[in-house]
Amino acid sequence: MYRGQSGMWAWLLHRVTGVAILLFLLVHIVDITILGFGPTVYNNALSVFALPFVRVVSLGLIAAVLYHSFNGVRITLIDFWPQGTKYQQIMWAAVLVLTIGGFLGMGYYVMLPVFHGCPAHQCG
Amino acid sequence: MATRTSVYAKPNAATSSGFEVFSWYFFRISGLVLVFLAIIHLLVMHVSNDVSQTSYDFVAARYANPFWRVYDLLLLTLALLHGMNGLRVMVDDYVRGRGWRLAWQSFLGLVTVTFWLMGTLTIVAFHPGTAPLGAFFHTLFHLK
Repeated sequence: MYRGQSGMWAWLLHRVTGVAILLFLLVHIVDITILGFGPTVYNNALSVFALPFVRVVSLGLIAAVLYHSFNGVRITLIDFWPQGTKYQQIMWAAVLVLTIGGFLGMGYYVMLPVFHGCPAHQCG
Repeated sequence: MATRTSVYAKPNAATSSGFEVFSWYFFRISGLVLVFLAIIHLLVMHVSNDVSQTSYDFVAARYANPFWRVYDLLLLTLALLHGMNGLRVMVDDYVRGRGWRLAWQSFLGLVTVTFWLMGTLTIVAFHPGTAPLGAFFHTLFHLK
């Protein structure tokens, strides 16, 4: 039975994170296009990405990219590695561990300026 | 409605065509490349630099090196095609009715081409100190 097992959640999360990343990509293509209006317009527009609220949103993006990446590797291993289906559940656990670990590491650097008021690498 | 003469009728051409096989491989190959391209991109923009530093001058310094232009063009192209192809599969999954499916697929195709051109123009044509879009809209709204 597929429904309700970890495979269903792995699949559903893969689809939801995929759509979220794609939506951000479309927004991101529009925001880099603002480069064509020169430095003043670009710097003013892109300063929204440094706002604390938008940093929290970008945490979601980072989590989505990490999960979609690692689970994508898992899907490819299931397809091409003869032992893949046997270990798919263990691999999903590994995907979640890598996602959470990577997220905590990267999230620390993203949120640090909010608490220190300066870019991460400039804070002692 | 046409009557089906046999339960063993030819399968739907759309689901058995060579394109679907190509799409299946494309997801996996582009996906494996994107794991590296996207995660390195995130590390550069959010860890080794802070988003507040990724200003116009930052882009200018970065794009002085053609490596990053090629990197970003590859990331843009693979990510957009991978993502839009995913949406195409979702339309096949959820949209019922040939007309609606065709409408959605056409719309997705148009979005793909439009956004790819926007991104590519920015990556290829970016030149510090020039504002081609600013000049374009200035001309557009100040026609005498």
